[in-house]
This record gives sequence, structure tokens and C-alpha cells, in this order.
Amino acid sequence: MENYGVYAARLAPEIDGLAPGHRACIGCGEALAVRLACKAMGENVIVSNATGCMEIISSQFPTTSWDIPWIHTLFENTAAVASGVESGLKIMAKKGIRPDKGTKVVAMAGDGGTSDIGLQALSGALERWHDLLYICFDNEAYMNTGIQRSSATPMGASTTTSPAGKQSIGQKTWKKNMPAIAVAHEIPYVATASPSYPFDMMEKIKKGLAVDGPAYVHVFSVCPTGWRSAPDLSVRLGRLAVQTGVFPLYEVENGKYKLSMDMSPLRPLQDYLKLQGRFRHLSEGTIKQIQDRVISDYEKLKQKCACGYV
Amino acid sequence: MGKRIGIEVSLAIAEAAKMANTDVVAAYPITPQTHIVEHLAELVASGEMNAEYIPVESEHSAMSACLGSAVVGARTFTATAGQGLELMHEVLYVASAMRLPIIMAVANRALSSPLNVWGDQSDMMAVRDTGWIQIICENGQEAFDLTVCAFRIGEDRRVLLPVMIHADGFYLTHVVEPIEFPKQEEVDRFLPPNQFPLPLDPDKPVTMGAFTPPVMYTEAKKAQEVNLRASKKIILEHWAEFGKAFGRHYHPIEQYRTEGAKTLLLTLGSFGETAMTAVDKLRSEGKEVGLLKLRLWRPFPFEEVRQAVGNAETLIVLDRALSTGGPGGPVFSEIRSALYSEKKRPRIVGFVAGLGGRDITVAEFEKMVKRSSELAKTGGEQEFEMFGVRE
Repeated sequence: MENYGVYAARLAPEIDGLAPGHRACIGCGEALAVRLACKAMGENVIVSNATGCMEIISSQFPTTSWDIPWIHTLFENTAAVASGVESGLKIMAKKGIRPDKGTKVVAMAGDGGTSDIGLQALSGALERWHDLLYICFDNEAYMNTGIQRSSATPMGASTTTSPAGKQSIGQKTWKKNMPAIAVAHEIPYVATASPSYPFDMMEKIKKGLAVDGPAYVHVFSVCPTGWRSAPDLSVRLGRLAVQTGVFPLYEVENGKYKLSMDMSPLRPLQDYLKLQGRFRHLSEGTIKQIQDRVISDYEKLKQKCACGYV
Repeated sequence: MGKRIGIEVSLAIAEAAKMANTDVVAAYPITPQTHIVEHLAELVASGEMNAEYIPVESEHSAMSACLGSAVVGARTFTATAGQGLELMHEVLYVASAMRLPIIMAVANRALSSPLNVWGDQSDMMAVRDTGWIQIICENGQEAFDLTVCAFRIGEDRRVLLPVMIHADGFYLTHVVEPIEFPKQEEVDRFLPPNQFPLPLDPDKPVTMGAFTPPVMYTEAKKAQEVNLRASKKIILEHWAEFGKAFGRHYHPIEQYRTEGAKTLLLTLGSFGETAMTAVDKLRSEGKEVGLLKLRLWRPFPFEEVRQAVGNAETLIVLDRALSTGGPGGPVFSEIRSALYSEKKRPRIVGFVAGLGGRDITVAEFEKMVKRSSELAKTGGEQEFEMFGVRE
């Protein structure tokens, strides 16, 4: 499995919506994820991108890394912009003003742009049933502005606004379950994915684009800078997150949960935590507490998958 | 020519967007804009209007969805008021800087707190510097005509800017007026299809909204400034064309009985109608009073304002917004600034009145004229007053 993963990525399509030469940090899991997503999306697509790492590393005027039509406007509105693009294309095709080329619409944002400041616009776009794919690239904090905590930051992680200290374990809250919020909109397709499992991820992006109506894919994006991990371990950390049950890969198609790969028995959480500086301060007690939660969440997820419908 | 019918001004604005063959409307309801968007939703639901109506979850998303539809080349319209315009605030700058010709009607409303849904122009003044073309209507016919013109202006390749059409909340939006509607084919002749030059298209990928470091930001802003200023000439061109086609003529600053006037009143929007009655009354009493009505707020018509003021001795500027702790009303402050370098300029007196839906009557305009001569005598030019405050 390990070796397969390393070489199989080379079998991915050659087209690159996100061209090389961008300014992401060494070992950026998110840039890898965006690149894979673009390969899966193909060329007949329009992207609305929220403010964040991916916008900053790819679009310094007058240069651009984007080889597909791409718009960035603000931080919290990427889903709303995408809904305007989708509606505009739809009516213009209907009126015969602009030919219908079957162009897909994709919105992209980070975890802050999705689960914090952009949540309202996303909820609106999902509820209004726009035919678009929303991809959240989750690196678990506001990395672009210097590693501040978001609602997607995991319990115990030290960030610049949830610093570990004598009186603090770091982040004091559990990670917001963003995919569950997307599922609650009863949209046709929700999935979690990771660039450490590239073909699984690309399949999910394709599925999300193919469904009629809104789709949401939540992509785990390792951030060596923010997580204080070695840049060469990004792909491995993504795997460990799945293998320990921290970030299980699953799909929810028309409300039906399905694990993409069952990793039971789960690897010990420490295998994942110990490679990251953001968890270095954690006591055994806290680690145990987090481990228990990971196991119970994983069991809950398996139950959802077993019973089929929520 | 079409026909003249009695209709609520809000509905007339919606009809203008329909006759302009708008493709996308993205809007969130807010008093006193609601009748505009309700009517648009009805027109779409009945099939009279072939458009997508996006019932967004906030004004921030309304304007954001407009960015999206405009950037693929769809003709885009929205409407808002007061708090809604404020919630859109940061998106407004994006629309103008990205050169997206979005047309928006604003039913001018006071800003909270305290909550007040009634009309004043605080919302308009708060978005003064967002880079939009801003046009002010006095009556229903103007609201219809100027909305139609706005599409032609904004989408002109030499302009490519979003346009705000301001209509006073309730005082204008909710009144029924006789309005002359042109025939559809006349509107079609006047208004060419929207041809946005760089739509997002997979066949010709472009990057919109790249970030700009300090080395380029100033240049980007300068380009925007040059563009907005240069749009005045083109706005006048399109208004002249409209005048030729429909017989109604519009100017950056409208004048009423200004010939030989020693005292001039300057108003914005629907209160010009009341002020005209006041001017008639004062003229009948032999007082040399005239009225200026500012129509083009951005780009600011410096030249036309200077010419219109002419040889007047006193200029009274009525603001329906307050620049709290500042130099008086925003319009007062700008007019004074526009006239500062003139060798001969009138004494300028500013009144802030009509806030939060409070009416200004003919008698009060008369009082303002009287009070201004007192202020001009005693207080010099720095004077402004909040008028009609109950003690």
C-alpha cells in the first residue's frame, strides 16, 4: 500500500489547472491537494477562490498560476460568488446569449473561509441548490495570517491565538464537524478526502462535479509550517490522520454514509501527534482524552455507515 | 412612444430592470427596498421576465453573487437599502475595482442605531468612496429612466463600472406616480446587449482578483480614479442619447428658477420636489431664490456645480445625512471644497435635516432660507446646523 501510493500519483492526468512555480511553503499539503483537485476537475471549469493561502501563493499580480478561469474576490463570500457564476451561466445558456458548454463551477476555500467566516454564504449556496462543487481545503487554522486558531483547529493544538501555556492546553474546543453541517443540508454529495490518497480524492472531486446540485468535499491539507512538522512528512501525516481515525475518509451520497476505507483497528493516536510540534506540549492525560474521542467518533461514523441512513 | 400609467415607483424600477432584459437578480429583502425585489420575483415567477432570481441569504451574498454573474457576462441587477448597503460595503469596492457593470437601486434609508427603517441618505454617504457611479433620482419617471440608462452607462466598454441608482426610501419608492413607459422595442434600440469584454470562460482562461503588493496597488487605484472621472463625459453622452430618443433630458446638476437668484438651495433626491414649491412661493414674494438639484454624486461634477452656482451670494446645502463630529453634512463639505478655489464664491450654509424619515415641509425650506441669511451674517462660512431638532 505504501509503495502503491507513492507511484500511483504519477498515473494522474497530466493537465495542471494550478501550474508549478507558485509560492507555497515547502511540503505544502494544500498545494498538492489543489493540484490534484484541478487534475480531477479538468479544464471545463470556473473556480471561485476565497482569500487564503491558495489565493496568495498563486496570484500575485501580474503573475498567475491558474490555467483555468479563476476569480478571487473576498474571504467569506466564495460560495455566493460561485452561485452567481452558476446562475449567470444557466440563464445565459437558456437565453442563448452564451453557449452551454457544460462548464462546471467550483468554489474553494480554507477551513476558516468555510467553517467560520464563510459558513453563512456556504449554507445559503447549498440550501439554494446551486449546481456547484464546494471544496474546503482544511489545514486546521488560519495559516495565511500566521497560524491563528479556527473552529477547525483540533483539540490541544497550539496556535498563535490558542497558545499552549501553563494555564492552557492550546485549542480548548473540539474540531467543528463541517462535513456533518454540509450533510445537514441534505445535498446529494458530501465527502472527505486527502491528497495522501490521491485517487480516492480525485474520484470524489469527479463525483462531486458530476452530481446534479450542490456537492461538498472536505480535504485534509497538511501544513508543515503551521503544524510544525517536517516538510517531507506531509503525505505520511495525511495517511496517519486516516489510519489513526483522526480524519476518516467517507462519502455521504444522498444521505447515505459509506466509509471509503475502514482503518480498524486504528493506529494509536500518538503515531500521528508525535510528528507535529503543535501537539508537543500535550500531557498523557490530554492525549488519552483526545484518543478516546477519536475512537468514539470513529465508532459513531461506522454506525452511521452500517445503518445506511442517518 | 409607450404609455403613461400610474404605478408605485418601486415597481417602476423593477419594470426598468425587466425592460432592460436583466439576466440575473440577486437580492435580499430589506425595507424600504422590498417592493422592488418582490416585483422582480413576481415577474420571474410569471415568466414575464426571463431571468434567474437568486434569493440570497444576506446582502453581502447578494452583491457577491452579482460579482459572479457579472463576471461571466450576465446582465446583473440588485437592490438594497440602509443596513443592507452597509453589509455589502466591502463587496462594493470589489465590484468597482474589478470593473463589473452591476446595476443597483438603493431605496435610501437611515442607519441603525436606533433602528429606523425610514428614509434619509446616510446609506448613500457611507458608500461615497466605493468607486461606483452614483446617480440620484427625484421622482418616479427619473427612477425608471435613469435605471434604464444605468445599464447602458455601466456596460459601456469605455466605462465598465457598477452604477447605483438612489431613490429616497418611502418618500419616493412607495409613492404612486404617473410614469411614462416606453415600448419594449424602444428600450431594446436604446440599450445594446451586454458584452463584457473579459468574461470567465474555459476557452480563454483569465485570472480575476489577483492580489497586488505595494509596488502595484497605487497604480491600480490610480487607474480606477482616472476611469471613474472619465466616465462623466460618457454618462452625459448617454443621457443626451436618452433625451434624443425619449424627450427627457438629464444633467449632473438640475436647475430650477436659478436665473438671477441671490440665494440658492441645493438638495438631493425627492426633497427637490418640496423645495421647488418653496422656491415658487418665495419667488412670488419677490425673493430671489433658486434651486439646484444634484443628480450625479459620483463622479462628482465639479465643473457643473461651479457653473450652476454662478453669481449667487448664498448657497444653502441640505444634507439628509450627518458626518458625525465632522465638518457638517457630507454634501455641504464637498460642495464647499469644490468651490473653495473659486475667486468669487457664495457664502455656504449647511443644514442637516430630514433624518430617519422626518419630513421637511415647504415652510421649513422657507425657514432655512431665512435662517441662512442670519447665519451668513453672523457665523461666516463654517456654519452648519442640525435643522428642526426638537429641544
